[in-house]
Amino acid sequence: MSAKILIVAEHDGARLNASTAKCVSCARALEGAEIVVAVCAADAAAVAAQAAQLAGVSRVLTVENPANAHALAAVLAPQLVALAGPFTHVLGPSTTFGKDLMARVAGLLDVPQISDIMAIDGPSRFRRPIYAGNAILTVELAGEGKVVGTVRTASFEAAATGGSAPIEKATVNVELPTHTRFVSVSAAKTDRPDLQTARRVISGGRALGSAEGFKILYSLADKIGAAVGASRAAVDAGYAPNEMQVGQTGKIIAPELYMAVGISGAIQHLTGIKDARTIVAINKDSEAPIFEVADFGLVGDLFQIIPEIEKLV
Amino acid sequence: MKRILVGIKRVVDYNVRIRVKPDGSGVATDGVKMSINPFDEIALEEALRIKERGGAEEVLVATVGPADCQQQLRTALAMGADRALHVQADGVIEPLVVARALLKLIEREQPLLVIVGKQAIDDDNGQTGQALAALWNRPQATYASKLELSGTVARVTREVDAGLETLEVDLPAVISTDLRLNEPRYVKLPDIMKAKKKPLDTFTLEALGVTPRRQLKLVKFEPPPQRQKGIRVKDPAELVAALKKKGLL
Repeated sequence: MSAKILIVAEHDGARLNASTAKCVSCARALEGAEIVVAVCAADAAAVAAQAAQLAGVSRVLTVENPANAHALAAVLAPQLVALAGPFTHVLGPSTTFGKDLMARVAGLLDVPQISDIMAIDGPSRFRRPIYAGNAILTVELAGEGKVVGTVRTASFEAAATGGSAPIEKATVNVELPTHTRFVSVSAAKTDRPDLQTARRVISGGRALGSAEGFKILYSLADKIGAAVGASRAAVDAGYAPNEMQVGQTGKIIAPELYMAVGISGAIQHLTGIKDARTIVAINKDSEAPIFEVADFGLVGDLFQIIPEIEKLV
Repeated sequence: MKRILVGIKRVVDYNVRIRVKPDGSGVATDGVKMSINPFDEIALEEALRIKERGGAEEVLVATVGPADCQQQLRTALAMGADRALHVQADGVIEPLVVARALLKLIEREQPLLVIVGKQAIDDDNGQTGQALAALWNRPQATYASKLELSGTVARVTREVDAGLETLEVDLPAVISTDLRLNEPRYVKLPDIMKAKKKPLDTFTLEALGVTPRRQLKLVKFEPPPQRQKGIRVKDPAELVAALKKKGLL
């Protein structure tokens, strides 16, 4: 039996999140799989049109409901369960959206979930990181039947565009709960590239000393078109907002260039960057563990080094 | 009685250097320091603070696992939990089984709120809270960095990729904790003595009517690929030149 894969689109109502294209790449690792993307939204047209362009997608299903204006797991999960019937795999991204939602879907379906899929070795065989990436586990479904998964987006390239899959409206007759209500979301507006998809990322640690100290990173980032991230220590200290955190409990990223500035390199941080193509470490402590994984290491005072780099690029 | 149920897991302490066994059958845990999963410790701390503010009358701590887990339950009692519930189970216990066992405890204890860590730092699954909320048919608010209770609702600030999201959920509900919700307290020696006298009830999965179903086969464990150690550059000019040469700048 060939795989039929339902991918839950992540979006903000207008734009499809790049994580969805990565899920499609993960699904395409299963040869001959039929790949369907589900877009649950208040108005799905714009997002569905973007999903339809992803190479490898055979159909896009839209579920429109005013209750889908904000992605609430408790509201979305029963709708996805209603769609899941014919599918062998139900996948979502391993982002806060997908992690929150998919485990609820798995619970409702009463099927196992594979979290953080980094490779699909067959329809029922997957690899995933455990212990903050200190071990890789190969896991297999013990029986037949459906499986839910979250896809570790840093492990997959985004699927190309250029496709033109048909878009179909799906109707789901399920009662949606009202016990969970969206209140607000606060996010700093930034013109910098998105941390999760940026080709270049500069991250700062506690050594930056203050939110003010981070300004030298923003300045360099703007000059080279980079996103800015932060270590947990820097976020805990209030130097940067939580959405900038990179690591096991923050964002897992795979940029072409990652510059770790004043970050010692705790294992929980390294988990978030080990798929970066090139890692640069700048730190005054020459013994810092970050140098163990860095392709290029520079020991010295970041407050002198960063402005110098900015002048040279 | 207004109760909060906290789910905890015994895991390899976060400071331990993880080694995969040479035969690929698992991760070495013999003689390794074990602790309460750090996110679950935050869950317990939050429950204790709610009780201390008068928002709850009793804090229950529950775990599903082998006999050794009682050490972590005793630590939780020493932190201030009033009562511990131990569901005995050996071997690999999948998140859905844990969720079903917790649901049985919920049916017995009727808590106002259930708080769990957002993930355990051993298998990093991050599923139990959401699976429990699904089976219980109640709201979930995951990745909480702020939690306020008022009457029959909870207002929860969540750390999401976009920033901070605030949800309002009707109680009872399941909350999962993120790192910045609070800083757990340290256990004091007299409290460890006191904890020995606090009630700790044990159950079996069978007695609760939960089947220890295994839906996944753990085929093999491998160490992750190591990155090659790179080179040291002497100054910013050499660094920029090297990055330009690789087409990265």
